[in-house]
Order: sequence, then C-alpha cells, then structure tokens
Amino acid sequence: MNLTLGYLYPDLLNLYGDRGNLCCLQKRLNWRGIDTKLLSLAPGQPIDFSQLDLLLFGGGSDREMELACRTLPALRPDLKAWIEDGGVLLAVCGGYQLLGACYPPGKSWDTLRILDIYTQWEPRRLVQDTVIDSPFFSSPITGFENHAGRTYIGDYAPLGQVRSGYGNTGSHGYEGLLYKNLLATYLHGPLLPKNPEICDYLLTRALERKYGNGIRLKPLSDEPEHQANAYMVRRSRRRFPR
Amino acid sequence: MKLRTVLAIICARLVHTAICFFHLGNGASLPGALARRIDPDILSTLAPMIKEKRIVVTGTNGKTTTTRFLCQALRAEGKTVLSNETGANLLNGIVSAFVLNARPGRSLPDYACIEVDELAARRIFPLLSPDCIVLTNIFRDQLDRFGEVEQTCEELQKAASQVPHAVLVANCDDALAAAVLAECPNPSVTYGIPEPAFQRAHQPLSREGVFCPFCGERLHYDFFQYGQLGVYRCPTCAWQRPTPDYILSQVQAHNGQYRFRLGRHQHTVPARAALLAPYNLYNILAAYAALQALKAPSARFTALAGRFDFTNRREETFHINQARIQLHLAKNPIGFQQKLALLQADPQPKDLILVINDAPPDGRDISWLWDVDFQLLADSHLLSLVSAGSRRLDMALRLKYENIPCETTTQIRSSLRRLTTQGTKNLYILVNYSGLKPIHQMLRAWQRRQTKKKGVSL
Repeated sequence: MNLTLGYLYPDLLNLYGDRGNLCCLQKRLNWRGIDTKLLSLAPGQPIDFSQLDLLLFGGGSDREMELACRTLPALRPDLKAWIEDGGVLLAVCGGYQLLGACYPPGKSWDTLRILDIYTQWEPRRLVQDTVIDSPFFSSPITGFENHAGRTYIGDYAPLGQVRSGYGNTGSHGYEGLLYKNLLATYLHGPLLPKNPEICDYLLTRALERKYGNGIRLKPLSDEPEHQANAYMVRRSRRRFPR
Repeated sequence: MKLRTVLAIICARLVHTAICFFHLGNGASLPGALARRIDPDILSTLAPMIKEKRIVVTGTNGKTTTTRFLCQALRAEGKTVLSNETGANLLNGIVSAFVLNARPGRSLPDYACIEVDELAARRIFPLLSPDCIVLTNIFRDQLDRFGEVEQTCEELQKAASQVPHAVLVANCDDALAAAVLAECPNPSVTYGIPEPAFQRAHQPLSREGVFCPFCGERLHYDFFQYGQLGVYRCPTCAWQRPTPDYILSQVQAHNGQYRFRLGRHQHTVPARAALLAPYNLYNILAAYAALQALKAPSARFTALAGRFDFTNRREETFHINQARIQLHLAKNPIGFQQKLALLQADPQPKDLILVINDAPPDGRDISWLWDVDFQLLADSHLLSLVSAGSRRLDMALRLKYENIPCETTTQIRSSLRRLTTQGTKNLYILVNYSGLKPIHQMLRAWQRRQTKKKGVSL
C-alpha cells in the first residue's frame, strides 16, 4: 500500500510548525510499512487531484494568504470536486479560512469559497492553548490557536466543543468543522502529533478511499503522544476550573 | 535639569542601590519604572544630554551581542558609553540605564548604545531620538506575542519613520530587513556577506520572507547563509538585494577561529575573531557598519574583534566534575538551528539536555519546535539526550518523530549530577528563555563551590 500526500504551497503556508502535521502523517505511515510519496505543490502549478490521496492546507500570515489567493482560485473546480468525492483534506488556521469567504479589513481576497463559511477579522487576536472535546474522537484534542479571524460555519458540523480556549469565533463555544473527509481547525501546535487519533483517522479515510473499506491500521505505541496530550489537558483544567 | 527629573534620578538610584544591597534581583527595570512614575518625560529629557551620538540596535537575533560589541568598540576608542547591556530592552529597562548613568548637574556619557525590543521600538525611538538605528534581522519569533512576522516589519518601519534623520543601518542579506529599509525615509547604510559562509546544517525547515515584499513573486536566491539571509533577487519586478555598503568576505574558519576581511568593497582590512557560532560574523559587521555610518572612531575595531569574548550569559562554558558544560540560549527556530549546527560541528561524543519552557517570556506557543531540523542530532555523536522544562513532553514527542531517543525529567539537577559524573564529560544544555537564568545560577554556584573545595563532587 502507499499514499500520496500533497502539501499545498509549502513556502507560503507553513506558519506555526505546520510541517509537523506532514511529518506526523508520513512517519505514522512509514512505521506501519506503508510507503508515502510527497508532492510539494507550488503556487501556479497545476495539480492532478486524481493522483492525490491526502492534502494538507496550512496557515500563513495575512500577507502570505493574500499571495496564496493569487493562484488558489484556479484550483477551485478541481479541489471542490475532489472534496465532494471524499478527498481527505486537513486545513489548519489560514487554510481553514481560505476554504470559505474571507473579509480581512480593507482588502478583498479571492478565496476558494468551496465551503459555505465566512471569516471576519477583529482587532483582538485569539491566542491560547486550547482543548476541545469532539464527538468524533475519544481523546480530547489539544493545540494552540492564534488567529485574528472569526469563522462562522453555518450548518456544518463543528469538530468539537471548546473546553478551554476560544475556537471558531471566541464566543460560540465550537471549534473547527468536519465535512465529508475534510477536517478544518484553528488548532496548530502542530495538531496531529499530540492528537494521533486524528492523524490515524485521516490516514484510514485516505486508505479506504483508495483501497476500499475495512482498513484497520496497525496500532502503534503512542505513549509520548498520549503523555503530551494528557499534560496539556491536565494543565487546562488547572488554569480554567470549570 | 528640572527638579522633577532630579528627584526621579535620585529615587531611582536609591531603589537600585537597595535592590543590589538586598539581592532582590538584577534591578534592571524597576528603577526605570519608578523614575517614569515621577517624571514621565524623563527619557526625552535625558537622551539629548548624551554628548555625541545615540545608537539603537533592534531586530530578532543578535541585538545583545551587537550592542555589547558596539559599547566595547567605543570604549576602546576612549569614549564613555551608556547602555542597557543586560538586555533589558523595554522602556523601563532603557530608562533605568539612563537614570543610573545620570547625576544631577553632570553631563551624560559620550555615547548611548541601546538595545530595543522590536515591538517597543515605535514607542521608544521618538523618546531617544537616535542618530543611528541598527536593524540586525527579522525572523519568526514568539508568534503568540508578535503575531505575524509582517507585523514586526510594519512596527519597525513605523518606528524608524518617526525618526527620519536617524541613519538606518540594515542587514541587506535579509530581504525582510531590506524591505523595511526601502520603505523608510531614513538615510540608509547596508551591510552583508557576499559569499556563502554557512554550512547546510544551518538551514531551517521553514523560511520567512522568500517572497518578494513588493510584487509577491518567489525570490530567486543565489545562496542562503542561514534562515532567509542570503543573496536574492526578484525575477519579476527586479527588486534585489541592495549592494551592501560594508561587507565581510573571504571567511575562513578553523577550530572556532575565523579569519575574514571587513570594510567597503575594494577597501577591506583583515580581521579575525574567536567565535562559537558563525552568526556572530553578522554582529561584528553590524557594529562596524554602524560606527562607519556615524563616522565614529574605529581604529581599534579589528583588534577588538580578535579579543572580544562573544560568550555571554547566553552562551557560557562551565567546568564541573571535570566535565565541560556549555549552556546555550536557543529561543526561536533560527537560533535553535544555529545551536544544533554548533553541536554537530563538535566531533567529540557528547550528552545533551534540552530545556523547553512555555512561560510568557519564552512564548506560550512551542509549535516552532517542528520548524527546527532535529535530524542534525542523529549524526552529532550524542550519547544521551534528556528533555526537561514545562514542555519536555512535546520536545520528546518531536524527537520521536525523528527516531531520536530521548528521556524526560523533572529533576534537572539530578540529571546534571549524573551527566557530569558519568557522562561523556562534554555536556551541552540548550535552553529557551525562562530556564536560562536559574540554570545559569545553579551551574555557576556549583562551579564556584568546586573551585573552592577542589575534589568535592556535586
């Protein structure tokens, strides 16, 4: 078995250790004897989505996102069809915002608008260690968020409920969203290493899409992952008593 | 001098004396805070009393070393210099440096060399009204505090524009610094290293600013030094690295001894320096360019470079139980990468302790650990690796994903005791900000005890 992982605009969208997500996906496949192929997808380069099993869409500064918007719209029809067809996509922070409409102050970005969501900017950045409880995953999800945008997700299913931190808007109590095999979140840290359950979920989805249902990934010893996750969860309890 | 100013100076000095006498801390900020309470305008009153020039140094990395070098270079020429050499680079720390040097009725030193935090620059520059601003570089740093690197650029650009008469001395190998320079009305002086002087080990996994700040096209690089520093040009809008006014060239390194040439193109002079890490070449060059820009005396500059001790509290060597212990501050991905390159360059077997905290001075976000290429540790002759600090578990996890085994500990003291007695006797400690001072103090105390009572182990 093998999977082809794509990293969208690695030179532009690589803020907050986003590379760590890629590293985590690759290693957890390699440790199970599954080969990986990495495609670094540069701006302006045509993408053959039929070759792609999993796509990473990271974050960038406002300027970098603006630069990304020069070439992203060209990907819109193919990327949309791929997502609707169950393509596995992890979008973090800026990548999350760019999937919908964005209204940064004084600027107009031609974003992907694949999801019917929108992001508005506010002066106060939401910066915090975050813990969310997700109905889709058994362990609490931990990460760090740092965003000026507030993302309104309409009727989409949120990834989870904020236990501590801010989440999509800082006031609605929900974080991220899950749509088909697309997982979008504000959590970096990076997300996957401390939440291996999400990593394996994405990998399973990608393998099933390619090789058919019933894929069971070999369990790994995730002691350091669970310890690092549990530490942040414990600490959030201490700091924010419920 | 106004009565209010005099009063502020006297009170601040008394407080400083009390802090030192009772060992209540280093007294770097509190006297300044008090002085400002009594006389809010104290900095703009005292700054013009500097007899000759005021120099400020800002940027992500290299501020403290460049400032210290400038101070010593000026002192070597017989000048008196006022500085916040301890690195207290926010408003209170800077005011402290001034009030503790001021005596009512007497004039201030010939020069002020002041290190200024990037985000504090906009507030501080107009008060100091500097003659020269040194901009070392702009890297990804403490993103939870700085937001995005572009915001740092914007802050610095606004800060310099408020004092348009100050000469802006910038590292033009840094496209971000060069872009700030291009947007400022200030007279400019640039410096750079026109040939590759760094190894592959210095290259990070993620870089800032490789896209043209003006048209957004991917910059073409002839080569990288480290981080995004290098020789670049934009293939579309023709913006390119400005030709540096001052260069450092023909770098030859052997066992930490660097030989190079320094000066204007065609008019360089030979110099040498003992450096643990090559990024200090940029700090020497920055100091040189600043002095030239101000037409300050610099006859003894190259002699100073040869004997200057580049180690400071941020990179210091101790000897305990016959073990050599090198303590290094590594506070952001670019800095961390440079330190790993340093480890790799040491061919001796070694032990390593990594101390990663996420207290406010460190930055609460440690995701940058994933931007550092830890694979370098795989061939660094490491015999053991211990991770400590509040985010030790994240550090160990990061290393798991490089297949590098790592223990974690909450007992750094006992790890140190074990590694100094049973280890390779070549121990490195890399620590981010908040761990530096306590570990430094602990090591210094141990070393002192051992030199007093020779032979007694920890």
